[in-house]
Amino acid sequence: MSTTEGPTLIPDSAAAQAMADREAKGRRRRGWFPGLGDKWNALPRHIQWLWLMVVVVIAYLLPILNPPFITTEPGNNWQIALAQMSVYALVAVGLNVVVGYAGLLDLGYVAFFAVGSYTAAMFTSPDSPYLHIPYLWTLPLAMAITMFFGVLLGVPTLRLRGDYLAIVTLGFGEIVRILATIIPAMKGQVGFQNVGHPPGTDANGDPIFLNSNGTPWYWLTLTVIIIVLLLAGNLERSRVGRAWIAIREDEDAAEIMGVPTFKYKVWAFAIGASVGGLSGALFAGQVGFVNNQKFDIATSILFLAAVVLGGTGNKVGAILGGSLVAYIPLRFTSIAEFKYLIFGVALVLIMIFRSAGLLPARQRLLAYGRLAYNKLKEPPMSRRVQVTTDGGKEAGDE
Amino acid sequence: MSEAVEPEIDVDALKEQGVDLKVAEKVAPERDSPVKVGEPLVQVENLTMKFGGLTALDKVTFDINRGEILGLIGPNGAGKTTCFNAMTGVYKPTSGTVKLEGKALNGLPQHKITRRGLARTFQNIRLFGEMTALENVVVGLDARHRTSVGGALLRLPTHVREEKSAIERGMALLEFVGIADHAQFLSRHLPYGYQRRLEIARALATDPKVLCLDEPAAGFNPAEKEELMALIRTIRDDGYTVLLIEHDMRLVMGVTDRIVVLEFGKKIADAVPKEIRENPKVISAYLGEPEDELA
Repeated sequence: MSTTEGPTLIPDSAAAQAMADREAKGRRRRGWFPGLGDKWNALPRHIQWLWLMVVVVIAYLLPILNPPFITTEPGNNWQIALAQMSVYALVAVGLNVVVGYAGLLDLGYVAFFAVGSYTAAMFTSPDSPYLHIPYLWTLPLAMAITMFFGVLLGVPTLRLRGDYLAIVTLGFGEIVRILATIIPAMKGQVGFQNVGHPPGTDANGDPIFLNSNGTPWYWLTLTVIIIVLLLAGNLERSRVGRAWIAIREDEDAAEIMGVPTFKYKVWAFAIGASVGGLSGALFAGQVGFVNNQKFDIATSILFLAAVVLGGTGNKVGAILGGSLVAYIPLRFTSIAEFKYLIFGVALVLIMIFRSAGLLPARQRLLAYGRLAYNKLKEPPMSRRVQVTTDGGKEAGDE
Repeated sequence: MSEAVEPEIDVDALKEQGVDLKVAEKVAPERDSPVKVGEPLVQVENLTMKFGGLTALDKVTFDINRGEILGLIGPNGAGKTTCFNAMTGVYKPTSGTVKLEGKALNGLPQHKITRRGLARTFQNIRLFGEMTALENVVVGLDARHRTSVGGALLRLPTHVREEKSAIERGMALLEFVGIADHAQFLSRHLPYGYQRRLEIARALATDPKVLCLDEPAAGFNPAEKEELMALIRTIRDDGYTVLLIEHDMRLVMGVTDRIVVLEFGKKIADAVPKEIRENPKVISAYLGEPEDELA
């Protein structure tokens, strides 16, 4: 590397130009809507919030609007489809913390989903001989239990890297499914019927949360997603998010820069797991029935596909990916049998044409980054070059 | 420059002379050390590193005095980078100790060694490519932050305070190394020379007592090397101690206060640059033995 001559001298202006080109090139590759991300970031904060409010309101109105063409009817009930889509979206948000932020390939994420489902089922279903608690209590309980399992899995395995970690998590996914089959208390294929639901009755005295009515479940899950998104955003723009991304980018360098990498990897696992458990509990409540058939490797891969499809590392992308993965087989019932084939082809195409996923927006890692960046916003090229040469001279004169 | 063995750093005097200490104060407000300027800050004692049958370092002993720029040189394969890695915890030394401020660093995880105050850059640049320049620096600053995961999740006051100060300190550091204009660009899009500067800024962000630079001038042209020399001097004048591994003799001779020379894993010289230049062992290590002596 080191030579006395070095590469040919590039004048600062040329260097600045070259970099601006590279930056522009990188940007062009991102997104089907070039410049949308930039335009979005240029908007003032309150306008952004306004737009987000509109999106949220539309999201809440979806089950009532039942938009033609988009709707999954007549093949599948639209409200129930929405409820399932929202659960998948939540799963993808959780898995995105592990895979997208910290870059840990987890092929056994379904295990946490399963643990969450079983927690909800075993503490609420009349089929279960154990302690019964109100359904809503099982949500935090499922999070706590899966978080415990996340740490349990993470502490011994997170010393491994890359492929090795993926294999171990794959094994963990299978272990949970097989345990559910062979442990009598978990009732294998028979499973648990009549899983609990949140309280409340309508005017006729019927429960609001019915397995046959997806709307309240969808609203509940959507609310949970919004809360999780806000909290995940807080984490992202803190030392925690920065540590995760640094680990993803270069684990050794992160460690040497003072990031306790092992600790933050375990945190990523624990937080990802708890969101997985939460979505599992919501899923169990909505479907009302839990047995060992729903937690196979294929489901795990489907979750991962949702994250990759949406845009690894982007939480909004994860929501899109999760919803799509659930939506496509429900909407196009005639091709539902081939869903794995279709997702396979879709993933190959995405890897070729959009390797960063459908929504590859980059994560922002500084809570007050806008303040700093806005000061520098797009200085004219002349000024930029001016400043760099001046800086160079100053340093040289000293 | 090469004659200065023990540079005196008198902060008040420097301030009176109008030297800008803003960066150091902003970035490293608590840089007090029990070690006085000129006394050994880092003590490397009998450091030995064996890879199987190969002895990469053989009982290397040297001190780094507070406030100096120490050069670590040697021909290719002499063990410079191995020495670096053994000091910063990348490798576990086979035997020997490394002490910082009199406390042994052996066996500590790398991130703890960094927090004790030994920061480094990499020979082959290792930035976090998908992060902006500013974010890269803030990762280094995080080494001194105390926010917990819960604190970040709920945006507790400590978190808010640290985030705000991180932006300010990060920008000050980027300004210091001369790339503040490029704070918002992804580090992988930065030109090569800027990436090297960013690495230095990121290492400085961890608030080190000793900054270890591993061939920071690799791939630089002479003009860029001049700038780098000035930057390293400024870093030292700001009160940091610098360990510099470098191939380029002109740069090493021009900037260091003292030089340690390694050959085949052994220390063969430890003196001021002027003496190193005339040391027959060093000359033969670099140029080979004169023919008449071989015969």
